[in-house]
Amino acid sequence: MAGSRNKGNPGIMGWFDDRFPATAMWEDHLSKYYAPKNFNFWYFFGSLAMLVLVNQILTGIWLTMSYTPTNEGAFASVEYIMRDVDYGWLIRYMHSTGASAFFFVVYMHMFRGMLYGSYRNPRELVWIFGMVIYVALMAEAFMGYLLPWGQMSYWGAAVIVSLFEAVPFIGPDLAQWIRGDYLISGATLTRFFALHVIALPIVILALVVLHIIALHEVGSNNPDGIEIKDKVDENGIPLDGIPFHPYYSVKDIVGVVVFLFVFCAIVFFFPEGGGYFIEAPNYEPANPLKTPPHIAPVWYFTPFYAMLRAIPPIAASQFPGVVVMGAAIAILFVLPWLDRSPVKSIRYKGWASKIGIVVFAICFCILGYLGVVASTPMRTILAQICTAIYFAYFFGMPFFTRMEKTKPVPERVTG
Amino acid sequence: MKKIILTLAVLLLPALVNAAGGGVHLDQIEVDFNNKSSLQRGMKTYVNNCLGCHSMQYQRYLRTAEDIGLSAALMKEHLIFGEQKVGELITNNMPKADAANWFGTAPPDLTLETKLKGSDWVYTYLRSFYQDESRPWGVNNSVFKDVGMPNVLGYLQGVQLNHCSAVELAENSTEIDPLTGVEIGGCYSLVEGSGEQTAKEFDRTIYDLVNFMSYIGAPHTMQSQSMGVKVLIFLFIFFFFTYALKKEYWRDIH
Repeated sequence: MAGSRNKGNPGIMGWFDDRFPATAMWEDHLSKYYAPKNFNFWYFFGSLAMLVLVNQILTGIWLTMSYTPTNEGAFASVEYIMRDVDYGWLIRYMHSTGASAFFFVVYMHMFRGMLYGSYRNPRELVWIFGMVIYVALMAEAFMGYLLPWGQMSYWGAAVIVSLFEAVPFIGPDLAQWIRGDYLISGATLTRFFALHVIALPIVILALVVLHIIALHEVGSNNPDGIEIKDKVDENGIPLDGIPFHPYYSVKDIVGVVVFLFVFCAIVFFFPEGGGYFIEAPNYEPANPLKTPPHIAPVWYFTPFYAMLRAIPPIAASQFPGVVVMGAAIAILFVLPWLDRSPVKSIRYKGWASKIGIVVFAICFCILGYLGVVASTPMRTILAQICTAIYFAYFFGMPFFTRMEKTKPVPERVTG
Repeated sequence: MKKIILTLAVLLLPALVNAAGGGVHLDQIEVDFNNKSSLQRGMKTYVNNCLGCHSMQYQRYLRTAEDIGLSAALMKEHLIFGEQKVGELITNNMPKADAANWFGTAPPDLTLETKLKGSDWVYTYLRSFYQDESRPWGVNNSVFKDVGMPNVLGYLQGVQLNHCSAVELAENSTEIDPLTGVEIGGCYSLVEGSGEQTAKEFDRTIYDLVNFMSYIGAPHTMQSQSMGVKVLIFLFIFFFFTYALKKEYWRDIH
């Protein structure tokens, strides 16, 4: 354990190590954390998520210095940041683009986990901490989107908060409690600001620590889904493992540079992302008396929004749609127990799993698209089909993963 | 798997682009923030014709002067009316409540109008007023039906007549011959000699105005693009160093 190592050494580091496990922590999490040597492209997104988190926190701190969280001042203060604060536009675009980038890397990171069975025993807790991060991130993004106090901020929040009204019996009171008013108002803005800049970032940071401690306790999975700890040398070091630092730290820097290239291209040249990262109606201040013709959430919420709209109301209540939307996220939490395959990685699973995950990914993207556009009867039917496939994939998983023919898993990792 | 995702992305992209369209036909313009004289003429048109009703309350005179290539003294002398100082925001003195009474709705602030509606929309809208005696100001607009705004620039443009029904107006575009600058088969015609400018001059006036308004919508654009190029070049070069470093470290991993 960390406590007893590196004691009684000379020098400044020795002085620290006698009082704080600095070197031990460095070794446990970086220089002597053995990661499988066969990580591929998909494994960049974990470290990229960390990079984006740091970006959001730093740019967020600087935005907070000039932002005014009031009904009267919020919209103007954002324009003040964009025009009068030195490099304010850069800080704000890094933050707004960072929000979209965060969801992109997190979706890729989650899909990696699904491809290679990274949620399977013994990594169930790693997956569940990750899922809680995802849910906290959605809350964080939703509340952050209200702060510019534009028309889409306002009406997007109005639509999402009104979902809580669909809860039977307590719905209207619950929604009013969340808003702190009868409609979205300055009271809602200040509480969302408090939650966005203090409460949720603390929760997310704490969860990220738990996610990584849990991961480093059990060790990283890999594209072959093999436990590298099963084959160790005389020193107990996995034969297929290499120290995270320097090998993956230098490799991840390459990924960071490629990511930053795309990220900066968007920040400097397409910060509105064609109207998907910053929606045009948000250039008009929030107006409770004027509803925009088409309210669409930001792209990262649209798959779930499409599901919500696809479910017809029962007895004039939207509650079934809300339940389906919630269930679509909730079912991901139990994914570790739905997968009964004898192998972890998609590489050695059978045809049913391979077709299943591709169809699932396509449906998720189609739902994302349908959530952006206005609904028509044909689109509603398509959304219903995709929603059904989304759930069928998970409900069918305990069966097709057990019945399909899997390939033999190699002893050692392949390239 | 990678191929499937790439294919999907390529297939979905055009669909996403289409999703943003719809509505009346808009004439397209290419804004150019490096054309300082266009921006200066645009600002002149704006403060002379628009500012009385439409503020640009998020933008300052001084910042604007620096960006469009004017000195603070020139700005103060020619483009700031009344007692405003050069460091102040571009506001006006129109009382909102009175304005709502006069026009049916208070004239909106236009700092972000080109971001909200798009430069093409503003460019087409300002050239789409036509005579309609049933309206309080004697004009209607084919881009913004029954708009509360009078044709403020009518004295430059002249009286524009419309020969199409509302449906035809929405569908028909005013096509301009790229060689001669003359309209081909459009819905509009101008009453000869009713305006101070020719059709071509008026289009340029509106172009300069919308170019200026587009600059006001995103005044950081010039700085952002010049910085962006440098950042991307740095990252491109830096990539080879990081890649070489990675190769060097990973040489003995098989």
